[in-house]
Amino acid sequence: MKHTIAALVDNKPGVLARISGLFSARGFNIDSLAVGETNDPTVSRMTIIVDAKDERILEQIKKQLHKLIDIITVLDLTEKEFFERELVLIKVNGQNTDNLQSAIEKFSAKVLSADEKTTIIEAVGSRAEISELLNGLKDIGISELVRTGRIAIAK
Amino acid sequence: MKKNGAQILIDALLKEGVEVIFGYPGGSVLPLTDLLYESTLKVIQVRHEQGAAHAADGYARSTGKVGVCLATSGPGATNLVTGIATAFMDSVPMVAITGQVKTGLIGNDAFQEADVTGITRPITKHNYLVKDITQFASIIKEAFYIASTGRPGPVLIDVPVDIQIQETEFVYPETVNMRSYKPPLNGDSVQIQKALRLISQSERPVIYSGGGVIISGASEQLREFALKFNIPVTTTLLGLGAFPEDNELSLGMLGMHGTVYANNAIMESDLIIAIGARFDDRVTGKISEFAPYAKIIHIDIDPSAISKNVAVDVPIVGDAKHILLELNKEVTQSDLGDWLLKIKEWKNKYPLVYSRSSGKISPQYVVEQIDKITKSDAIICTEVGQNQMWAAQYYQYTKPRTFISSGGLGTMGYGFPAAIGAKVAMPDKVVFDIAGDGSIQMNIQELATAVENKINVKIVILNNSYLGMVRQWQELFYHKRYAYTPISGPDFVKLAQSYGAVGLRVEKEEDVAKVLEQAIALPNVVVIDFIIDPGANVLPMVPAGEAINRMIGGMS
Repeated sequence: MKHTIAALVDNKPGVLARISGLFSARGFNIDSLAVGETNDPTVSRMTIIVDAKDERILEQIKKQLHKLIDIITVLDLTEKEFFERELVLIKVNGQNTDNLQSAIEKFSAKVLSADEKTTIIEAVGSRAEISELLNGLKDIGISELVRTGRIAIAK
Repeated sequence: MKKNGAQILIDALLKEGVEVIFGYPGGSVLPLTDLLYESTLKVIQVRHEQGAAHAADGYARSTGKVGVCLATSGPGATNLVTGIATAFMDSVPMVAITGQVKTGLIGNDAFQEADVTGITRPITKHNYLVKDITQFASIIKEAFYIASTGRPGPVLIDVPVDIQIQETEFVYPETVNMRSYKPPLNGDSVQIQKALRLISQSERPVIYSGGGVIISGASEQLREFALKFNIPVTTTLLGLGAFPEDNELSLGMLGMHGTVYANNAIMESDLIIAIGARFDDRVTGKISEFAPYAKIIHIDIDPSAISKNVAVDVPIVGDAKHILLELNKEVTQSDLGDWLLKIKEWKNKYPLVYSRSSGKISPQYVVEQIDKITKSDAIICTEVGQNQMWAAQYYQYTKPRTFISSGGLGTMGYGFPAAIGAKVAMPDKVVFDIAGDGSIQMNIQELATAVENKINVKIVILNNSYLGMVRQWQELFYHKRYAYTPISGPDFVKLAQSYGAVGLRVEKEEDVAKVLEQAIALPNVVVIDFIIDPGANVLPMVPAGEAINRMIGGMS
């Protein structure tokens, strides 16, 4: 099962390596990981989507994360109500087709640039929304795709 | 007052109460070793950096203090790695200091450069690369704090050579306050009450005590707890000495080479009280069949140790000593007569036994004689393999910090340098390294260190000309195909002599006690080469992957 974990960590070099090393050493699976500074510049926040087979593994992931010296707190957002968003940049082939226009409208996506050959669009949404958008664009032809990884915040 | 990095480090070590450093010089620690040369800190110069790490580890395990080792950059630092990993697996407080190439050269593949913080990240509790001299003092303070508190472990500080020369105002912090590291101490009182309720309802309780009890300094409290509630105690390998084995409640060690009665007690128990132990695979055997009738109370300072391998009914996170003190406040009357009687029957029926019929020296007999002659009052270090298990089984441990062995990582070559560290810490104690002829060859170069510094440890080689534990597995599970386990060694007597130590050889059982007494009396480093029965096995034994009450051998 997928869990969304938020970790507040000391904004120091090597912290990301510690976390990624921990996941690989203990055989935990990361689905997505996003890092950024918080309103306190000495603190970074990581949103980690993990795939845990069962409750015991999830517990271990949380405890092992917490055990790292640079980690301040570990929150399992899946336990509460939370918002999860991802930003994607998509380069699609071709011009302004009707299909493209309706997809852009439906997902309130933004056109960053458009010419005869390609259109670059930006979209923000939940995991489900992003997949739906990507599905809708499949026929038009995606030539390049960049995703930030999901970030999340509890209510 | 302004001081340079090297001086800051030395002053900080002195403030932390460090008395001795085990180390080896090199290009990237020259400013530091140059100043150490005139400081009051004692430096034991080893012959290989691995020896330094193990010696610091042995020093730490025999005292509870933080052990300190030092090596230069690159190969010096990578040679520490096995020693650091050994300390990490067994929760040993250690600070490892490594030199690093100049800050400006880091990442350039400079001479003797290695990414030591990268390499040691998964085998340290924490590590630091010092990039700013003004941070150095607080890093050292944090390093000692992290190494010695909570679940202890090794912390590495990588110090570029230019940082050792740069100067800054030196102020050593009095306290540490890290928002991201606050080890727990007291157990949750609700959980403690739940535990007491389970204990009062239990008819067949067992205490399963691990290395955490020794680390916490809780042996006295454990004894009081066991005696008060009348609960039998089995210990892990690293827990040996936490509970006196001459007490009738002692079940000795459990697990793969534990006693039949300890394993039986666990398997029939209705309540296991695990204290500072981690349900390691060598203890549990087949996990799905482990202790089928038991509820489990688990006391541990490391939350991640709880419910990692087995599901726990009552977890209590905190320091073993604090929690035992709380549990001991309970006034209780318990009647466990039937259970204790059953255990007594098992003890009578399945004692630890070994054969003495081969005409060759039985290794178990040698260990028993060491126990007898030292009156269970020596510090016993071991290598890894059969020697380690015989040392665990046939010496009666009655005090904490008297059995020193690499449990988690199982590092051959650990025992001798660890014995050097223990003897430096405890000069008045008789310190033995119980070794095999394979393991001793892994760090034999430290004979020079021991002789030069008059660190008079006694090395017992149980010499069977085999890598005995692997040979035993080959005998039992690999059709007696002894692939790469017969090994030759040097003439250990001559080898000892060439290093300036005393070398003795014993080939007959009747000479064992006499030569051991002679070795203890000699004011020298002594190597005793016992030519033992090459067919001797460590029994009883739980085959890997079996339930722990399916033991082979060792039953009369």
